[in-house]
Amino acid sequence: MFSDIAQYFRTESLPHIWCPGCGNGTVTAALVRAIKNLQLEQNNVVIVSGIGCSSRMSGYLDFNTQHTTHGRALAFATGIKLAKPELDVFVVMGDGDCAAIGGNHLIHAARRNIDLTALVINNGIYGMTGGQSSPLTPHDRRATTMPFGNLERSFDLVELAKAAGATYGARATAYHNQLLTKLLIDAYNNHGFSLVEAVAQCPVSYGRRNQFQTPAAMVMWQKEHGIKVGQHSISGEDFYIGEIFRAEAAEFCAEYDRLRQRLQEDMPNG
Amino acid sequence: MSEARLMQGNEACAAGAIAAGARFFAGYPITPSSEIAEFMAEQLPRLGGTFIQMEDEIASMAAVIGASLAGVKSLTATSGPGFSLKQENLGYAAATEVPCVIINVQRGGPSTGLPTSPAQGDVMQARWGTHGDHPIIVLSPATVQESYELVITAFNLAEEFRVPVILLLDEVVGHLRERVNLPATVQIVNRKKPEVPPERFSPYGDDHGMIPPMANFGAGYRHHVTGLVHDVNGMPTVNPALVTKFLLRLNHKLDPYLAKISLYEQILLEDAEVIVLAYGCTARAALEAVYLARSSGIKAGLFRPITLWPFPEAAFVPRQNIPIIVPEMNCGQLVGEVVKIAGRHNVYSLSRIDGELITPTQISAKISEVISRV
Ligand SMILES: Cc1ncc(C[n+]2csc(CCOP(=O)(O)OP(=O)(O)O)c2C)c(N)n1
Repeated sequence: MFSDIAQYFRTESLPHIWCPGCGNGTVTAALVRAIKNLQLEQNNVVIVSGIGCSSRMSGYLDFNTQHTTHGRALAFATGIKLAKPELDVFVVMGDGDCAAIGGNHLIHAARRNIDLTALVINNGIYGMTGGQSSPLTPHDRRATTMPFGNLERSFDLVELAKAAGATYGARATAYHNQLLTKLLIDAYNNHGFSLVEAVAQCPVSYGRRNQFQTPAAMVMWQKEHGIKVGQHSISGEDFYIGEIFRAEAAEFCAEYDRLRQRLQEDMPNG
Repeated sequence: MSEARLMQGNEACAAGAIAAGARFFAGYPITPSSEIAEFMAEQLPRLGGTFIQMEDEIASMAAVIGASLAGVKSLTATSGPGFSLKQENLGYAAATEVPCVIINVQRGGPSTGLPTSPAQGDVMQARWGTHGDHPIIVLSPATVQESYELVITAFNLAEEFRVPVILLLDEVVGHLRERVNLPATVQIVNRKKPEVPPERFSPYGDDHGMIPPMANFGAGYRHHVTGLVHDVNGMPTVNPALVTKFLLRLNHKLDPYLAKISLYEQILLEDAEVIVLAYGCTARAALEAVYLARSSGIKAGLFRPITLWPFPEAAFVPRQNIPIIVPEMNCGQLVGEVVKIAGRHNVYSLSRIDGELITPTQISAKISEVISRV
């Protein structure tokens, strides 16, 4: 199963740090399959990640990879993409990384509509630090810092990206990983800021505290609650999967390049 | 042909950066540094470069590092509160050895402090503002001409030694207008690229000495960049031997090159019976005070560190028991470094923190007072 994509991994960096049953591996494979399917030149691909369990993904992949600081991956990626727009830049973040500490960078990357493909692995918890609540922890669910159940409401990141000006937004799960690959391909092909949320299980820091007996039970929860867009309305912990929105807007690097051209044309002779 | 122009300090910084080959600027507006961003916004797109106003200083620092990894010489400029926000990613640049330049036009602090008043309160923050032991280079210009020149030096040092370089400007130098001689050509240093084929490339190896060659993203040398402690291949490690090896190289990588990095100026020191050690705009008042003292028969001299960090220790060898006065617009920061070298006994701090400049008469009065005591 792995051999079809082994060439994209730094196999010497394995084993990975993820716990047994974690969804990060499935999401990683979905991303790599998208890159393979797109036939992107390995030397031209950049994977930028933040800090968290999910963000360790960049180290395992054989591309130009950067593991940055907590929440700031999109800001680093903005610099890379603007400096060298011909690079194919993917940004991998956890839900806490992207929605809490990095929330401001998310809305501004979306507002600029810069051509980055952002993948947020949403396990609904801070995995790396041991299970504290995140802005995407579902209401009433337990976390070490919400020991009596989450009092806060959770974000819908895809809607947030849409409101901020992103031009592509989609969601899938570790269970729906073939769909995830397809959505990542579409996201890459969108010339602008794209956000794909991948709902994934964290059996150790989330599942144990929230009555999931096994990782498989969490994957079944994804199957049950992930509702295809247009299928039927959602309630409770349900969420939509599939392509959620698509829009047209000028892409930032291209806009900037048009400015350069214009100024060069305006330049007086001599 | 060289050209002379009347320029503002901040403008000279921008011009120097462009002359040094910088083609990427990311920043966030803050007084008294904003003119640097404004000049860059106007100039960079004409030169095929990129200016971006980010959502905050954290993002600006991140974007600068990203652009440098992609192979473009990059800088940011900020002040006070913004410099505080840059610290985490500044440490990241030090740990990952990404060349970049940060201009900090100092203003009165702490906190929002005195936004439009001069101060030299960021000397220690520039050295130790980010967490953990790390290398850093900090330069302090005294004039507009020197601001132009030192930005070029900053880029050259950053590229040669793969280290973030901070230009610690004084507000009055940033906003001062002076004549600047722009040379027809400037000497530019570019980062060393790998000469081995990709399969033999180790991005943090020490087989080329203390400063590993750097491969830009997209150049065919796929590798990992992380702020975690890493091995020679850039991969995270907690192996104590490898951790030690990495941190020792990182923290000592500038040592063999200190003569080139630690810049200074000495005036009238040979026969001096009292030394004034001053930097930035304060050194201008100090020089005036030295002349005032000399005219009244006191043999005073000036030592001006241009590089504050690493402090030019090898060059500053004061005679035993000679009094040293350190005027600074803070509660006494660089004076600690002088005490380390000369001992507590002969070192006198002259501090001013009211948002006004230290005047030549203030310093010459201190010289007379100190001389009358010894
Ligand atoms: C500035 C900063 N604050 C806090 C941390 C500690 N920290 C590391 S990972 C993390 C959260 C991880 O959660 P998430 O982003 O959801 O990713 P996951 O580990 O669940 O994949 C935190 C708070 C840090 N590294 N840096």
